[in-house]
Amino acid sequence: MKTLRRRQIQDKIMEGLLVVSTITVLIPLVIILAYVIYHGFGALNWSFFTEELGSPARAMQGQPTGLVHTMIGTVVVDFIGLIIAVPIGVGAGIMLSEYPEHKLNPVLRIMNDTLNGMPAILKGLLAFALIVKPMGTFSGLAGGVALAFVMIPIIARTTESSLMTIPWSIREAGLAIGLPRWRVVLSTVMPAAKTGLVTGFLIAFARAAGEAAPLMFTSFGNNYLPNHWTGMIFGPVDTLPQRLYSLAISPYAQWHQMGWAAAIVLLSFVIILFVAARLLTRQKNY
Amino acid sequence: MKDTTKEILERPLHGVYRWWGDKLFLTISVILGLSIIALAFAMAWVLFKESSLALNEFGVVGFLKGRVWDPGVNFVFGALPFLFGTMVTSVGALAIAFFPAIAIGIFVGEYAPKWLGAIIENLIHLIAAIPSVVVGIWGIFVFAPWMREKVYMPVFMWAADHAPSLLPIVGTPIGYGMTTATIILALMIIPYTTALTRDAIRQVPKEQREAAYALGATKWEVIRMAVLPYARGGILSGAILSFGRAIGETMAVAMLIGNKNTFPFSIFGPAATMPSVIINEFREAVGNLHLSSLMAIGLALFVISLIVNLIAAFIIRKYSITGGQAV
Amino acid sequence: MELLTLRKKVKSDNNTSSVMTTTNEIETTVEKKETSRVRMEARNLTIKYGTNVAVRNLSMPIYNEKVTALVGPSGCGKTTFLRSLNRMHDLTKSASITGEVLLDGNDIYDPKVNPVTIRRKIGMVFQKPTPFPTMSIYDNVVAGLKLVGIRDRKLLNEVCEIALTQAALFDEVKDRLNAPGGSLSGGQQQRLSIARALAIKPEVILMDEPTSSLDPKSTMKIEDLIVELKKKYSIVIVTHNLAQAARISDYSAFMYLGDLVEYGKTKKIFQNPEDKRTEEYLTGKFG
Repeated sequence: MKTLRRRQIQDKIMEGLLVVSTITVLIPLVIILAYVIYHGFGALNWSFFTEELGSPARAMQGQPTGLVHTMIGTVVVDFIGLIIAVPIGVGAGIMLSEYPEHKLNPVLRIMNDTLNGMPAILKGLLAFALIVKPMGTFSGLAGGVALAFVMIPIIARTTESSLMTIPWSIREAGLAIGLPRWRVVLSTVMPAAKTGLVTGFLIAFARAAGEAAPLMFTSFGNNYLPNHWTGMIFGPVDTLPQRLYSLAISPYAQWHQMGWAAAIVLLSFVIILFVAARLLTRQKNY
Repeated sequence: MKDTTKEILERPLHGVYRWWGDKLFLTISVILGLSIIALAFAMAWVLFKESSLALNEFGVVGFLKGRVWDPGVNFVFGALPFLFGTMVTSVGALAIAFFPAIAIGIFVGEYAPKWLGAIIENLIHLIAAIPSVVVGIWGIFVFAPWMREKVYMPVFMWAADHAPSLLPIVGTPIGYGMTTATIILALMIIPYTTALTRDAIRQVPKEQREAAYALGATKWEVIRMAVLPYARGGILSGAILSFGRAIGETMAVAMLIGNKNTFPFSIFGPAATMPSVIINEFREAVGNLHLSSLMAIGLALFVISLIVNLIAAFIIRKYSITGGQAV
Repeated sequence: MELLTLRKKVKSDNNTSSVMTTTNEIETTVEKKETSRVRMEARNLTIKYGTNVAVRNLSMPIYNEKVTALVGPSGCGKTTFLRSLNRMHDLTKSASITGEVLLDGNDIYDPKVNPVTIRRKIGMVFQKPTPFPTMSIYDNVVAGLKLVGIRDRKLLNEVCEIALTQAALFDEVKDRLNAPGGSLSGGQQQRLSIARALAIKPEVILMDEPTSSLDPKSTMKIEDLIVELKKKYSIVIVTHNLAQAARISDYSAFMYLGDLVEYGKTKKIFQNPEDKRTEEYLTGKFG
């Protein structure tokens, strides 16, 4: 027989344990965040945003170097990915939510989840085999495609779930006034789910923007800005996550510093996207 | 006026409003959906095709059991060191992360006041959003040197003085190695496991908690008897999905594990995982057999991830609870 | 000063309620068989959600070994009142309670009183059946006993059998006590929930529309069960079903918009209500 007192002591002990483990786990995680922010902002300077990286010698001789080509490349590659991923992801999401009776639906759901669960590095290998090998060169396009592989399953999932939040009665109301199904989806369901859709794009974009693994052997990296803008798409391009990795494992102290700067820029970019996504969802709740 | 309305209503509908509009829309959706299915199959097929050279050379079993990875001299490739490295780091990371992550999930869901819970949850989401390379740079320049000074060196010195026979097991304390990578992996999957635990706990109906309270249970007893059993499927599958994440996690591990391609591995010493070897060598690989062997590692990673995902899906289905909320 | 007036008020209320009990005792002596005493009592109970008043200044007794029915239209506060009787509102942060709820003369809202002990004396059955879906039928019944560390298999078996028998479920499940609680039908699940409440030997049982999610046949069984159970327990039941209240209860309270409009013997309330609102509700003019 346990006395009430004993049970209450046990209750308090468990509560204490939970509090303690929450704090002990949160502390190192917050330390990482704080460290990157502190070191990163310290390493930022003006030439970081205006100069190209160039050869290691440039940094070692104290000449101004930066990652302007990397930031431009990141934007290009990320948007190539987004442009490819949005139509496919949204289309698949529509099929998942609007045509539950379609016999391929369960297959699609399983395949989409499987694809989502696959390590990003395998998506890089896939893009390598599909784009880099036939083209014979590393390219921004291949990097964009690899990132699209990361985004597509996420967008399909978020599209499905945000369309599902719209009650069936709205669809039925549309059908009842004689609208065809496609019209109901496009002009009543999708607009109603607009915020959710955009939030999903943002989340997928942010996830892909932080990935380095799929870019290592697709867009490859480049120490300079391409001579012509087409070089951004059809030639090797630098991107922030991949450059950050190269800087961090390089043997040059100057490049390590620049790595911290790249880390804070990448982190800010990703966090801004996530905060935007969260603010959007919050707005929706009102 | 009336006549125009009537006229408009009686006008024949534009084509897209008749049957083929719907058909077209469905076809487009299905094609886009099919492209995802095609993508999943393409991944399997590409990895299989590209790795065929290596698998023919060494045989599937021979490749998986091969203990030597030598791209420089003898061109012999075996995956066992990487399989081993991946399994040890992932299992270790999950073992470290599992209970603390669940603790945070329970604390946020059941104990914390609303405002505090919201802060912690947002923080967890924020931390989950930190890119792997950013964690990696912190690991390289802050965490690994610190571990080396404060943990590995003292243990190593102790072992050197008191139990020299342990030295090969402990390994060289360079800071970059299996233990460092495992701890970083654990930190990286904690937010993910926590979020999934939190979701599972959110699903527990209020009625279940109240029923336990009505029996005179204390808060912890309510959690143990009503909340955790109800959420166990979600928590378990969440843990397995986190395990899958740990297996596929690439950049931070590649930056911290030290990248040693051959046995023997030691506790503190360098090692390698399946993703880390691909990242390290794929860019520089020139030999066809070498490239193909890296693709074969990718194929093994694909199969393992597939199995882990399917197990998680199976657990969700098996433990999904229909009773308890409504009949 | 305020405290003083409050004390006085409580005192005067005390007087009125003792007057009520005495009148009641007179009544019961007239009807001779009934020797009820007051088991629980609400005094000047006011329950608010935020600023929203759900129950206003309610006072009423709950008699031992009787069924007290709480009736009234949706949102009249009857469930809120019921949940206040075993401090379930402690779980709702926005709820605030003033006044007293006495169990055998002691205020259950006294800060020194632990809600856990209260809830063991006052069992509760919810609107929807709430078996713990991962536990077996057996474990569900003895869940409350295992909480206090009773591990004696023989004792547990005995209590389980008695509780299930009392809940009129034993014969239906005796061969599959290890089956999960979720595998039973809705009516059986509700009787399992009742058995689980009975197993901890409560003094009062609160029932919140226990039959509202059940089919007529299961409802009948539960009603028979309630009539059987009142021989040993005090039962408070919230019901939407007036016929049900008339069939099984001894006392009825009609609530409307948070107020207790009328309280008395069920027979009297149903046949000869004093308040016009009660009459209108009972005759189906609103609700």
